[in-house]
Amino acid sequence: MSDPEILALEGVSKLFPGVRALSDVTLRLFAGQVTALIGENGAGKSTLVKILTGIYQPDGGRILLDGAEVHFPTAQHAAAAGITAIHQETVLFDDLSVAENIFLGHAPRTRFGLIDTAAMMERSGAILRDIGATFDPGLKLHDLGIAKKHLVAIARALSVDARVVVMDEPTAALSHKEITELYDLVDQLKAQGKAILFISHKFDEIFRIADRYTVFRDGQFVGEGAMDDVDQGALVQMMVGRPVDQIFPKRERLAGTEVLRVAGYDHPTEFADINFALHRGEILGFYGLVGAGRSEFMQALFGITKPSKGAVRIDGKVRVLRSPAEAVAAGIVYVPEDRGAQGTIRALPIFQNVTLPSLHVTSHNGFLRLAEEFRLARQYTERLDLRAASLDQAVGNLSGGNQQKVVIAKWLATRPKVIILDEPTKGIDIGSKAAVHEFMAELAAEGLAVIMVSSEIPEILGMSDRVIVMREGRIVAELDGDGLTPETLVRHAAGIGEDP
Amino acid sequence: MIVTRFLASREAILLGALVALLALIAIRFPAFVAPANLLRVFNDTSLLIILTLGQMVVILTRCIDLSVAANLALTGMACALLNVAMPGVPVVVIVAFAVALGAFLGAINGVLVWKLDIPPIVVTLGTMTIYRGTIFLMSGGTWVNSHEMTVAFRALPRATFLGVSMLTWIAVVVIALVALVLTRTPLGRAFYAVGGNPNAAVYTGIDVGRTQFWAFTLAGALAGLAGYLWIARYAVAYVDIASGFELDVVAACVIGGIAISGGIGSVGGAVLGALFLGVIKNALPVVDISPFWQLAISGAAIVIAVALNTRANRTRGRVILKSAEHVT
Repeated sequence: MSDPEILALEGVSKLFPGVRALSDVTLRLFAGQVTALIGENGAGKSTLVKILTGIYQPDGGRILLDGAEVHFPTAQHAAAAGITAIHQETVLFDDLSVAENIFLGHAPRTRFGLIDTAAMMERSGAILRDIGATFDPGLKLHDLGIAKKHLVAIARALSVDARVVVMDEPTAALSHKEITELYDLVDQLKAQGKAILFISHKFDEIFRIADRYTVFRDGQFVGEGAMDDVDQGALVQMMVGRPVDQIFPKRERLAGTEVLRVAGYDHPTEFADINFALHRGEILGFYGLVGAGRSEFMQALFGITKPSKGAVRIDGKVRVLRSPAEAVAAGIVYVPEDRGAQGTIRALPIFQNVTLPSLHVTSHNGFLRLAEEFRLARQYTERLDLRAASLDQAVGNLSGGNQQKVVIAKWLATRPKVIILDEPTKGIDIGSKAAVHEFMAELAAEGLAVIMVSSEIPEILGMSDRVIVMREGRIVAELDGDGLTPETLVRHAAGIGEDP
Repeated sequence: MIVTRFLASREAILLGALVALLALIAIRFPAFVAPANLLRVFNDTSLLIILTLGQMVVILTRCIDLSVAANLALTGMACALLNVAMPGVPVVVIVAFAVALGAFLGAINGVLVWKLDIPPIVVTLGTMTIYRGTIFLMSGGTWVNSHEMTVAFRALPRATFLGVSMLTWIAVVVIALVALVLTRTPLGRAFYAVGGNPNAAVYTGIDVGRTQFWAFTLAGALAGLAGYLWIARYAVAYVDIASGFELDVVAACVIGGIAISGGIGSVGGAVLGALFLGVIKNALPVVDISPFWQLAISGAAIVIAVALNTRANRTRGRVILKSAEHVT
């Protein structure tokens, strides 16, 4: 390697009570190179990022910066050493301006020690221009969309004089166009000689921009090397410790009866004129860019938000869905994208999370029957192969994949007719993804109608019988059979080259 | 398994602290821990226990009710005036009236939180002042004294059954009822769900606002019950009855391990929290410590309890290593 090594971790360990999150791991970052950190969920990637940025202290091992040992007792120390991170979930302040968000904590000062607003605005503008953002740094953050907020987070990371940039799944919330811009930005940072640690679940992305890779598994270092020397299969095998073929389950398409028909759903700001039908045993994919209105429509269908007009028929009967409770009663359930915030109640045990919408079934004369609740919870968690020490365990102690299973078990226990899965495999590792796909196929085979909202093209193509593409709040295409190709999906979603 | 889990629970730690406190008092004043005196302390703490259980349900749903003491005073005054105006009305009817009026005042809080979406601390700060003002309007600022009340009105809390006062019995029944609601009814489960994660509760089909409404109504009903009992026990009603008592009630919840952020807490904890304050209040005078210290000691107990609870609630690191999955 001709490029100098900037940062190295040697034998770093991190213990949590009863758990070894990182065990003797090694990581090397070089100037002007992108190192991809690869591992399944729970491999210890996020813990490593927190150690690098001074949020956690390692329990063993050394961090070397330019060959000299360093310690980062606080996040400020890490920032002062030139290590900056763009986090998975951006932490920004809605009521502050863009410039204030970028410079919070290290704003330029005047001679009197007050914040130099003019300099802050000017430098913010310069950084934003550098990353191709054209909006005014004086805007309040809450006036920006999610993608622009993400650009602010990136600008914030670049506002310190960084030598090492950590990107923790930076493209998760971005649309296709913004992802391309992010790649350009990464190339720019490389050219400036910065060392980049890039964490991602998306293999195409890793092969597109990374120069080197490091693989962790179960908190341990598995291997590292140049991207040119490996292929996708070899990386996957290192991640999971066994060969995994990313093949989607083979399914027979059922010609079931119509179970759901949505007619003329409108919303004042989020979507308009949504019409479609869904059949028993069908998997209907909803594809679109971030912000196309897919989740917003699903939330309206589930009764969380109110459409301004439109009608829903379930099994031919008109149903009014004004609240989630009414939607559940009508047989529609929704597994939200954000499992932590919207899916589970962490302090409650597994069985109580599962039975929460079914209490009218498990209780008798207005009183709960715990034995009945346990029976129901056991039935559905076993079916989903949920691994937990006990159903009495708090959900908060489970991994993300297992929490997802709790949410799905909760809904299956209500015996729904239609299940809506919003980004069901977002942020979960390849092994768990295959399990989710397998399970989705099983549900459809049993006659359940499945709506799958997904932004991953392979998943949409591999799982759906039919795909609806949304753009800017409207349905722009309904595709099946031969019409389903990655090119047509992207073309419709982005509105490129539409011919009459 | 159940025993070890109990020993590690917040309630066990609190029970241990309470026993240690009693042991400490017994060194200076052994008679304090005689069964008869402990029963007297429980009886004296009964009103605090009843109010604490109501407040606990509200806090479980991620709200707070600052108007409980004002509700108590208003309901108590209404009961006293009713008794003066119509001495013939049986006490049972007055008790039912107190519960109903209290529930109504609580429901006002609940509706404001539910339908207008105003933060609970603002709503109940407002109603607290309104309820106190209403007492003044009702009574014209005058006192209702012991001799104006009927004997039956004053006698109920003091009447004994099996050697134990009715006040204590009522507290015991309230404890049992609240425990039943919280652990054995869908509404009780909803209280925990709404406070634990309101967002997820919505996505599960639970109406968060309505659940909070019922929590306020339940707390109001218990405050109303306590209102009659307070006036009857102390045989006097005036505007400033139980002024500032809402803070003792919140303190008892906090000491009892009810998480202010909602969703965590048990009836056992709330009762122990109230008893802890009750023991301090009753013991300090007998061991000859100035009442000014009493405030400082209560305050210290709150800070220590919160510190311990925060430690206990800190989530343990996520289980990452497969081999460590069975450790937790």
